[in-house]
Amino acid sequence: MPNLPSTPPAAADPERFGYADDATTSVAAADRWRALGRDLTRLSVFTIRRLLALLLTVLIGVYLTILIANMGGRVDELRLVQIRSTVADQVRADPSFLDLSSAARNDLIRQRVELEVQRLHLDRPFLARSLDYLDRAMRLDLGRAEQMHSDRGSRQVSRIILERLPATLILFGIANLLVFFSSVLIALRLSRGYGSALDRLVVALAPSSAAPAWFYGIFLILIFAFLIPLFPAGGMVRVPPPDNVLFYGISLLWHLILPVAAMFLASIFMSIYSWRTFFLIHASEDYVDMARAKGLPERLIERRYILRPTLSPIVTSFALMLIGLWGGAIILEQIFNWPGLGTLLFQAIGHRDTPVIIGSVVIFAYLLAITVFVLDILYAILDPRVRLAGPGDGA
Amino acid sequence: MNPWLDGLRQLARYPSAIAGLALVLLLIFMALYSVVSLPYGEALERWRGSEHWRLHPVNARPIWSAWLTGEDLPATRVVAGDSDAADGETRGGVRQVRIPLAFDYGHRTFPSELKVFLTASGGGREPFARLSWRTPDGRTVPLGGYRIAGEERLALSQDWTLEQRLGRVAHVGLLAVPSAAAATPAAGVPPNGADARSGGWPWERVAHWWGASGAAPDQATPVAGAASGRAAPEAGPETAPQVLPGRYELVIDAILFDPETRLSAELAVYGRVHGWAGTDHRRRDLMTALLWGTPVALAFGLLAAVGTTFTTLIVAAAGVWFGGWIDALIQRLTEVNIILPLLPILVMVGTLYSTGIWIMLGVVIALGILGAGIKMYRAMLLPIRHAPYIEAARAYGAGDWRIVLRYLIPRILPVLIPTFVTLIPSFVFLEASLALLGLGDPVLPTWGKILNDAQAQSALYNGHYYWVLEPAALLMLTGLGFAMLGFALDRVFNPRLRSL
Repeated sequence: MPNLPSTPPAAADPERFGYADDATTSVAAADRWRALGRDLTRLSVFTIRRLLALLLTVLIGVYLTILIANMGGRVDELRLVQIRSTVADQVRADPSFLDLSSAARNDLIRQRVELEVQRLHLDRPFLARSLDYLDRAMRLDLGRAEQMHSDRGSRQVSRIILERLPATLILFGIANLLVFFSSVLIALRLSRGYGSALDRLVVALAPSSAAPAWFYGIFLILIFAFLIPLFPAGGMVRVPPPDNVLFYGISLLWHLILPVAAMFLASIFMSIYSWRTFFLIHASEDYVDMARAKGLPERLIERRYILRPTLSPIVTSFALMLIGLWGGAIILEQIFNWPGLGTLLFQAIGHRDTPVIIGSVVIFAYLLAITVFVLDILYAILDPRVRLAGPGDGA
Repeated sequence: MNPWLDGLRQLARYPSAIAGLALVLLLIFMALYSVVSLPYGEALERWRGSEHWRLHPVNARPIWSAWLTGEDLPATRVVAGDSDAADGETRGGVRQVRIPLAFDYGHRTFPSELKVFLTASGGGREPFARLSWRTPDGRTVPLGGYRIAGEERLALSQDWTLEQRLGRVAHVGLLAVPSAAAATPAAGVPPNGADARSGGWPWERVAHWWGASGAAPDQATPVAGAASGRAAPEAGPETAPQVLPGRYELVIDAILFDPETRLSAELAVYGRVHGWAGTDHRRRDLMTALLWGTPVALAFGLLAAVGTTFTTLIVAAAGVWFGGWIDALIQRLTEVNIILPLLPILVMVGTLYSTGIWIMLGVVIALGILGAGIKMYRAMLLPIRHAPYIEAARAYGAGDWRIVLRYLIPRILPVLIPTFVTLIPSFVFLEASLALLGLGDPVLPTWGKILNDAQAQSALYNGHYYWVLEPAALLMLTGLGFAMLGFALDRVFNPRLRSL
């Protein structure tokens, strides 16, 4: 995530508390270097701790997923089917078995399946097997799809999913960053003019965020794709896709407008409202009043006295927003026929392709964990207390 | 003074709260009305079956949409007749009857479909019926003869040979001005008009006059063509057909081989508008699903919100009070739970087990117990843990759970109520989301399932906007109502916000 334009660099520590104009002697510079070293050590310790914690979290999450999915013995059935098909393919493809009669060949297949079952410990109790499956899922070895295949023709679930990931990342990355930055900046402006007509309008419009993005998507499609055909109703690029990179980009942007607009509409007012309230509360702190009394310019007060101390909660809420939006992705993509993870999941439901569904859940869990991790690190960089406290009380 | 009453009084000062409350009450009224007017079992039976809807048109728009666009669209008309009431003669045990099914038609647009239902009951040998169609200008179109075994449905609009004969699909061809007349309207229309003028309806005369006045055809043809062309693309590209207004008659000449046999006939002239909500692709009146969707949505939203909020609160309070390893465990489990993606898991459960709405509700609650809210409640409860009144409670010997349930939780309950109210619509939308993914409840009619049907049938592409807009409007009202109420409650119950 790029830094907020008004954020001073994290390494320039003394500036943070507004006494940067103090003398910067060589002693102070050496101190600063030592402090930076200490900070980096603590930061890396913190990073490793968080990484381990999150890995453990994903581990438990994926294990729970496997338990949920396996309650009806589905995963086992699935793997048996896979083994059978793999073995049958191998036997059929092997020229040395070509002259066998079909009965003998079936016998061979059966024997090999049994061997494979033993090799994979499928005859062992569920507990041990679930750990085996967990191991595979964690290494993103998600097995083979039953019905679906990637656009390149691969049946590997991980390939199918990784192929769809960029589309989801483009759409949700752009929309989330847009919503986040515009809402924080607009909220900052609004908190200055509290009670103005615009302010009251935003407060009145905030309940509109009760509806999710896909809901607005339906209306946007209805209006801007059917009633006034300005934008495409769905898809990611023109059909057939343009060869030229530039035209491809333009076409992509063209198709991005409606889904991004839907996400923007769905969350912008609520987002502005909550940030505005947040900034208003912080603008009434004593130290802000003190700064005002000193006669500091309003922009400086905003940057150093309001934005800087509230930066870590801002980042936290950004994390929570991202987590919330991963879920909404599924339906928005489906509405706009966007070829991302959500549409994949939807198609997998249609095909009842269990490996793909379980694989998607695992990938979603990973995405969430990565989101949480990145934001944890940012949090540590932004909030000196996390670094200075050292081990003992984490986030 | 009672703090709750005080809160309510403050609430009344916010217009958005009043509006939100009115919306919520309206929805509750709708829910009660639908539950009372159409019992649960019957609603399910109707929605899933097709028998109840056989006389409804396919994809008919709601009545108000025709008013908005100013089009003259027909509603469905059913003309019924019976062999008992018909006159006929009996010769050698064989009864010959003529059942005329007459109706007046004066709309500018064609009906959407024509169907004849023939039912023979009693008696041994199956009766035989010959159908013919009489137009206002005196033409007779034979529609063939049929042996009626029990119940027969003659879908005239799907009769391909008839379509070949007429040059157009039956519901257009049978009601259109004959093509020779349509080609030269000045010559063809006036005599037909003279016939039609005998028809009874006042608006029909207007329609006729509009179509027949010498100056009108130039302007009239494109308009009528546009209307019927969009509504009935099967009408063919050559000249756009025009409705011949007047009295039509379907004559059924039946031979009943057994005097016991009773033959009843129904002619359904399916319209293009139906009721206040319109119909879907399976002829079902959307009103049933829209009405019944209300109690389902409210119940799901409310139960899910209650289930997640209160369990989360109790778990958070217990963690704060007992501390130690219990607290640590709850914290770690919450972190795991936040990582679990709710919607994909719901999708998985729906695909692997069942899409029943109550199972989904159970999963939502189970995953919601250790939700992100725990962190927030914990932060709120931690300072209260050491409050003097808790000390006092311990001094008089209150048990752990008594302190958690009677002292800790009630303290932060007011802060929670706004969150709770704003949570309800998010669960209503969650249910709609699941239904939109095709994981809606298999039996219950819900708003999400209407949207799912509409999407599966490409409603927007085919111009059936009402199909999407109606459930969407109800969802929006639910969302807005609860959100507005919740926002106002937030300002009342969170004093820190009140000054802002």
